[in-house]
Amino acid sequence: MLIKKTSDIKSSEITDEKLYHKRRQFMVGAATAATGALLAACKKSAPPNVATAPPPKLEGIVKSSFTVDEPQTSLKDITSYNNFYEFGTDKSDPAANAHTLITRPWTVAVEGEVMKPKTFDIDELLRLAPLEERVYRFRCVEAWSMVIPWIGFPLNEIIKRVEPTSKAKFVQFTTLLDPRQMPEQRYGTLEWPYVEGLRMDEAMHPLAILAVGLYGQVLPNQNGAPIRLVVPWKYGFKSIKSVVKIQFVETQPRTTWNLMGPDEYGFYSNVNPEVNHPRWSQGSERRIGEFKRRTTLPFNGYADQVASLYSGMDLRKEY
Amino acid sequence: MKYQNIIRLILHLLCWLPLVRLIIDWQRDDLTANPIEFLTHSTGTWALVILLASLTITPLRKIRAFNWTIKLRKMLGLYAYFYVCLHFAIYIWLDHFFDWARIGEDIAKRPYITVGFAAFLMLVPLALTSNKFSIRKLTGKRWQQLHWLVYPAAICGVVHYYWLVKADITEPMIYAVALAVLLGIRIFYKLKPQQRSPREYKPDLQPSD
Repeated sequence: MLIKKTSDIKSSEITDEKLYHKRRQFMVGAATAATGALLAACKKSAPPNVATAPPPKLEGIVKSSFTVDEPQTSLKDITSYNNFYEFGTDKSDPAANAHTLITRPWTVAVEGEVMKPKTFDIDELLRLAPLEERVYRFRCVEAWSMVIPWIGFPLNEIIKRVEPTSKAKFVQFTTLLDPRQMPEQRYGTLEWPYVEGLRMDEAMHPLAILAVGLYGQVLPNQNGAPIRLVVPWKYGFKSIKSVVKIQFVETQPRTTWNLMGPDEYGFYSNVNPEVNHPRWSQGSERRIGEFKRRTTLPFNGYADQVASLYSGMDLRKEY
Repeated sequence: MKYQNIIRLILHLLCWLPLVRLIIDWQRDDLTANPIEFLTHSTGTWALVILLASLTITPLRKIRAFNWTIKLRKMLGLYAYFYVCLHFAIYIWLDHFFDWARIGEDIAKRPYITVGFAAFLMLVPLALTSNKFSIRKLTGKRWQQLHWLVYPAAICGVVHYYWLVKADITEPMIYAVALAVLLGIRIFYKLKPQQRSPREYKPDLQPSD
């Protein structure tokens, strides 16, 4: 008598494990596909995947006096809820996709209206100035906010070293352009590469930093590794990530979101509860991890330090 | 069990699934870093999906074999309204915590909220008159006229989503195309010369569930 032990089921009939784990999704998908709209709905429902291995620690960090004494947002939330469209437009996309970003070797070209243009290696930048921990409020234009312990150094440390000329009125920052590493750059979601800019006096302000880490660790890819700008009194999109170029220019840079929607995203984009926004009320915000909304403060609570930069300007018009 | 009943049962289960998933995710503390936003977006998405699903019934009935699906229309419509109400309640309660001044400002000043609110208002009388009593009271013709509101409501719903999105309009466009197809079929049949007397839907003659 022939007793078949193992091969009753042809290997071709065995459901692939990945597919098996997705069976619920599949059932939902198959049954509702008729509506034609399901694809969109399912994409939303994918749970965020947070990168597992903790990044290496940064050494020799000094505490900075530019620090707010407010409860810090959890590392999990800071690293799983990101707007970094180069890796997808969903908040969970960067955490899931940013592993493709290669952060070594990495250089930042500093050029334009300067006496001493220079291309800095990332490891050189890490030693350029003492690394400070700065706990900053971070306010997104989408009316949510966090409190993040950045590790970095003042942007003006770099600026001093390249000696800008009198023609340098603005600083333009550019993100890496490489669709192989940044998959969303294959699509026309935004005009790539991402460009941001500051006025010279804003860039020189001691609160403006280049961050290379957070929570004492090397900056996770989804947060803009290996080096990003942090300008805490402006909406988050001004704090450009994964910077490869810093140019000193005479005229106001054409910045990405400003080009996308000039009536929504001004060049300055200082946090301002008085300026109405067509999508989000800027009068209040949800601090991630908190239930009730908070009142949004002018300049994100940094008015004492930065308001003087804008004296004489009508900030309702120059938003 | 008749296959029609099986399909109805499956649809019932499918319509509960998004809510069940949200409850499970909530229990597992897995609603992202911004749970209120996630709940708002998720309930909004499913309201739109089910509303569009309810709009597939009328075109489907052009095929004689699917004439029976009229029984599913009210059910889907009410599920859509259920998710719309959840969406709206989350916005008012969790998001703004009954801060009526801010909510009023939002409705007046944020175009995507204005159209979303309009869609909600248009769906209220539809849900209220979905019962047999109202159908009898209003008579078929007037009931149909009132329920024509579902079209502007669906358009407002899609526009609501489209205007919310900052840059990547892929997903709202999927809904827009689906809605355009569903409305296009209706316009096509409206313009086509009638070959036989139109098969009027008389809701008051429907057998009870």
